Amino acid sequence: MKQLYAWGAVACIVLTSTTGDVLLSRTMKQVGDVAELRKRSGLAHVIGRILRNPNFVIAIMAMATAFYAMLFGLSWADVSLVVPASTSLTFVSNAVAAKIFLHERVDHRRWLAAVLVAGGVILLAQ
Amino acid sequence: MTFRKYLVLVGVAVFAVTGDSLVSRGMKEVGGVSLHHLSGIVLVVFRPEVALGVLFLLAFLSCYLAALSWADLTYVLPTTSISFILLTLVAKFILHENVSVARWLGVLMISLGVGFVTQGPALTPQPRRRESHERITAPISARTEP
Repeated sequence: MKQLYAWGAVACIVLTSTTGDVLLSRTMKQVGDVAELRKRSGLAHVIGRILRNPNFVIAIMAMATAFYAMLFGLSWADVSLVVPASTSLTFVSNAVAAKIFLHERVDHRRWLAAVLVAGGVILLAQ
Repeated sequence: MTFRKYLVLVGVAVFAVTGDSLVSRGMKEVGGVSLHHLSGIVLVVFRPEVALGVLFLLAFLSCYLAALSWADLTYVLPTTSISFILLTLVAKFILHENVSVARWLGVLMISLGVGFVTQGPALTPQPRRRESHERITAPISARTEP
């Protein structure tokens, strides 16, 4: 039964992490290169620009949900199962979401990586 | 890609593994969390190991945000592949968990897979913004006061 709970937590982590990652990526693309911006306007300005972005707020809420789902998952199963499984599946879902929502160029290398990662996750769950 | 940017990517992986491991160790001391006592899962963040883990995860978030500002999401995420190796080493030698041969192979496959990605470009070229294009090509008469 604990295994079932753990995989439920993994599914929740994947969904909320993907939402968080995509929104964070969109936020940072809107903000621009942090290093260059910090040189021009200072760190406080960079932090202010990030915190004022609505996508960032929603992303943090999604990641906080993923964090608590991870706490539940870790109390039900080993760290070497929950963390790699959720992170790897998130990597695959992120590749799909990045192509659809962020219009990133996901070429054959990146898709191949997604398949290998998914295979690795199955092995990790053994 | 500069050396400094690679350091940021390494920071993403190392801080994530350290944070996750500290949180895991803290959670193992707490034991199973019941869905009927949700206050326990909130209060657990005040335990020293979990709190330190949260600090490392904040450091991870800082590096992650910096990386996302100059690279694709599908480029940044694969760089955490070294975290799988680190995490398995931590699980084996510090948390004393059983790590089977199959899991080691899984770690290897994931690392190989994500290794492919890092050979490509870090950022998808963005098409020029329409407004900036219009500003450049707008006739002079349109830009002058009537």
